[in-house]
Amino acid sequence: MSEEHGKPGQGIGARVPRKEDSRHLHGRGQYVSDTVIPGQREVAFLRSPVAHGIIRGIRKPANSEGRVFTRADLAEAKDIVAPSTLPTYKLSGQPPLAHGKVRFVGEPVVMCVARTRAEAEDLCEQVELDIEELPALVDSDVARFEKSNRVHEDWDDNLFLTLSADNGFDALSKKATVVVNREVELSRQAMVPMEGKAVVAYWDERADQLIMYYSTQTPHIVRTGIAQFLGLDEGQVRIIAPDVGGGFGYKVIVHPEELSVAWLAMKYRKPFRWIEDRREHLVSGANARQHHYRLTAYADDKGRLLALDAEITIDGGAYSNWPFTIGLEPGQATGNLPGPYDFQGYRCKTYCVATNKPGFMPYRGVARTGVCFAMELLMDAIARAVDRDPYEVRMENLVRPEQMPYDNVVKKHYDSGNYPAALALAREKFDHSKWAERQKKGEPDGRKIGIGYASYCEQSAHGTSVFATWGLPLVPGYDQSAVKLTPDGGLEVRVGVHSHGQGMETTFAQLAHEILGIDVQKIKITHGDTGTTPYSTGTYASRSIVMAGGATLKACQELIPRIVKIGAFLLGCKEDEARFDKALGVVGPDGRAVELKEICTVWYLRPDRAPLDVDRRGLEVSVSYKPDRDTGAFSYASHAVAVAVDTETGQVEILDYVIAEDCGTLVNPMVVEGQTLGGVAQGIGTAMYEEIQYDANGQPNASTLADYLLPGPTEIPNMRIYHMETPSPYTMYGIKGMGEGGAIAPPAVIFNAVNDALRATGVEVSKTPLTPHRLLEEIERARHQQMPKREAA
Amino acid sequence: MKAAAFEYLKPQDVPGAVKALAGSAGDAKPLGGGQSLGPMLNLRLARPKLLVDVSRLEAMRTIEDKGAFWRIGGAVTHSAIEDANLAGCTVMSDVARNIAYRTIRNRGTIGGSLAHADPAADWPLALPALAATIVIAGPAGERSVPAGKFMKGAFATELAEDELVVAVEVPKLSPGARWGYWKFCRKTGEFPEASAAMLMDPERKLARLWVGALDGAPQSLDALAADIAMRGTQAVSETSVSAALDLAVPGQEPVSRRLHVTAVRRAVQKGFN
Repeated sequence: MSEEHGKPGQGIGARVPRKEDSRHLHGRGQYVSDTVIPGQREVAFLRSPVAHGIIRGIRKPANSEGRVFTRADLAEAKDIVAPSTLPTYKLSGQPPLAHGKVRFVGEPVVMCVARTRAEAEDLCEQVELDIEELPALVDSDVARFEKSNRVHEDWDDNLFLTLSADNGFDALSKKATVVVNREVELSRQAMVPMEGKAVVAYWDERADQLIMYYSTQTPHIVRTGIAQFLGLDEGQVRIIAPDVGGGFGYKVIVHPEELSVAWLAMKYRKPFRWIEDRREHLVSGANARQHHYRLTAYADDKGRLLALDAEITIDGGAYSNWPFTIGLEPGQATGNLPGPYDFQGYRCKTYCVATNKPGFMPYRGVARTGVCFAMELLMDAIARAVDRDPYEVRMENLVRPEQMPYDNVVKKHYDSGNYPAALALAREKFDHSKWAERQKKGEPDGRKIGIGYASYCEQSAHGTSVFATWGLPLVPGYDQSAVKLTPDGGLEVRVGVHSHGQGMETTFAQLAHEILGIDVQKIKITHGDTGTTPYSTGTYASRSIVMAGGATLKACQELIPRIVKIGAFLLGCKEDEARFDKALGVVGPDGRAVELKEICTVWYLRPDRAPLDVDRRGLEVSVSYKPDRDTGAFSYASHAVAVAVDTETGQVEILDYVIAEDCGTLVNPMVVEGQTLGGVAQGIGTAMYEEIQYDANGQPNASTLADYLLPGPTEIPNMRIYHMETPSPYTMYGIKGMGEGGAIAPPAVIFNAVNDALRATGVEVSKTPLTPHRLLEEIERARHQQMPKREAA
Repeated sequence: MKAAAFEYLKPQDVPGAVKALAGSAGDAKPLGGGQSLGPMLNLRLARPKLLVDVSRLEAMRTIEDKGAFWRIGGAVTHSAIEDANLAGCTVMSDVARNIAYRTIRNRGTIGGSLAHADPAADWPLALPALAATIVIAGPAGERSVPAGKFMKGAFATELAEDELVVAVEVPKLSPGARWGYWKFCRKTGEFPEASAAMLMDPERKLARLWVGALDGAPQSLDALAADIAMRGTQAVSETSVSAALDLAVPGQEPVSRRLHVTAVRRAVQKGFN
């Protein structure tokens, strides 16, 4: 990074190198697919070749008993049903294998088992599917009004749910002197973690448990789901998530394939394995980002936003997911659209529409990449309408620091921060005037320079009260951390969240180090196993460091009096004369100290040396935590970019990318930067590369990485990240979550920059991804229309 | 996706490979570096009963200086060409260097690429522009085909089912020759959306201009090439390139046309820079 930011030592704020990196960099990580259980069988799924149809028959090959399974065979397995208390929400049961109907290309229909995956696929080829094709519902704008052709027959339309908000809209919109309309759209994409879904399941006779090695972010809630859908006691299910190669929300869901493999293991009491391949992922995991916005901004002459009118359509795909439900996306879209801005009039109607595509799932940034894209393009559009610098218009509208904590137009409670300062920092570090000059001068190669800004705030670590409003069947509460000192003075920390790349083995050790001073190399974090960790709903929604991290801090704090008690006895002083010192151990009034290691040895190995009234709860404790106010700690950032646009090819090159971010107290700046870099890389994917289009029959046009483009190392610019630290008033040490933020702003900031570059041509792009083809089409269109394409109404 | 079952054969020599191909009634495929065939096998889009691995045949792995031209074995990898910097043919290294990624270049072969005949691939464009010759081995021995006549369409070539690309012969460029090669890829390592190659070699009386990444095989723009030979870059304008493409590649949709016009203009520009 351009400016080293970090504290010395190993505690909160230190740039401690990630403990987990050595095994990953040496290829010694242990993922589900590295798990081999003797005798395991491989599973392959035959998937629906059509988007919408009635299953008239399934003919299994001869002599395939016990190797080929349909829904009818999985009698003990229930359909995956995700209830929600949101008004207007309709239930959509998802069978583990399609039953009666198929509802998207790639939906699993038949499960085949063989010694090898290739042979299992051979079996799939021998199954004959007789499917009567129905017209596919592909376009959510059409499906929304379609009543006779329905994804789910027991509904009376194709709407999963409709949400609306109206706060002060009429009164404030009337005061506007400037009205700006825009339509913006994001295409459908997949999450593409490096490791796809993966499961190895077997029955442990001794434990009388279904053991599942399961690539998940949320082992405990997955256990609840698997137990519920198989009719097992929770005690009969153990979920072990080893190294997980990225999740991004895809792995908080109980998927039909995982349930089907669990059923096999329960039924046959043998080990079975299914590893999702990239083609399966791209086809049946095309489940994110597809939003469509119709926006009208009501502003004054200076570009100050008075009221916003929005209609959001979310292409929900075929099924709601368990446990987060499809309500999460429209809920977050409706609630987060106002972004970091201070305005009081808001009207929003959000339609979540069922279509013949894979069911929508929460992807890193959940809805906020879409709402940020919508809102930030709108901010630039307002700036054009009032002929001001988009930066100035943002400054005009951002929530000001003196307003904090700030309840916005939909009563989201922004806890802390200085939003304008982050934007100003981004502009300063970006060196706006340098780029503006270069833009004016023109490039020798004829490319057009564009400058873009985008700001957002990101609700993180929101708890019970927030999730309850989204109507989920399962709401997060307190997170637990169980900490235990070892006889040689090390520490074991057990948490129910799970790292899938966030570096939690390091950051959690830093938190414990902050309290107890133990070397981070001697602090072992155990997570990802329901058999060995306390309950947590898991890792999602940028919550782990605040929730489970907070519990870890508290648990370590709780050990200190117990340590001091033993230490004081060993020093021969009174408890209240001794104090705990992170570096020295327990220190007596005369300055003599007894090391923590010595105290641990006494408790575990030499209790004969311990005081008679020793704290009998010992040197281990399990503590629960959530912030007293659980409406969320809001991280925020502003991004600034410069791009060069080649109008002859439609190619966009990012020349500079600056991020000014504030995620409260930094636990490890290097980890924050790593999370930000990864998130921005994904956001660049959304902005410029990733897309699965569907033809009129609902066939996806991308099923391999030859068709589905991901940004690679040469497409990701060198980003410059600058930190601000405004502690949250509500969390331990003022820490905020930040795992998602990087993925939120890139489409907004890149499109704003491209539109800036092309302003003179009248081109204004507003649909992701910005492929060269799409951009060239717009350029051609503008060439043939003398007038700019859209102008403020 | 995993490949359907197939047999694998590693022949001793080129005749052995040809014999194996001839003996399997069209159910065999030669395997080079496997960078295209491998994924196609796994996706079960290609389902040969037999794979004849020619990637280890010594006779196909050599690069020889034949005086006026270089003979490059069909199983020579892109990275070997990239690193070779052949005297008089360094442009071959420049082309090779921009094929996909180095990891792919380490395995992918020039013969395999030609035989696969992806319309957007580099060799099917570069070799015709360089006036190269493709050497084919079959049951009757070797025959040669001008590179410009080798590819018949998308994924279709001159090769019979029992034939192999054993070598390509690339003439050396004169010292005063101008070579321009330009392709537009959405990102590093992707197949291009448009590509073009130009060779102006007055000493050898060669004026060649080819355009690639079309629906079918690369096409030559002979008249424009001849005009460039006479008038240099003055012959190249939006209008002249569009007109040339109208003849060679009629019916292109506007965005593709725009990209190909750009490719041709920039290839020429690079040649004259």
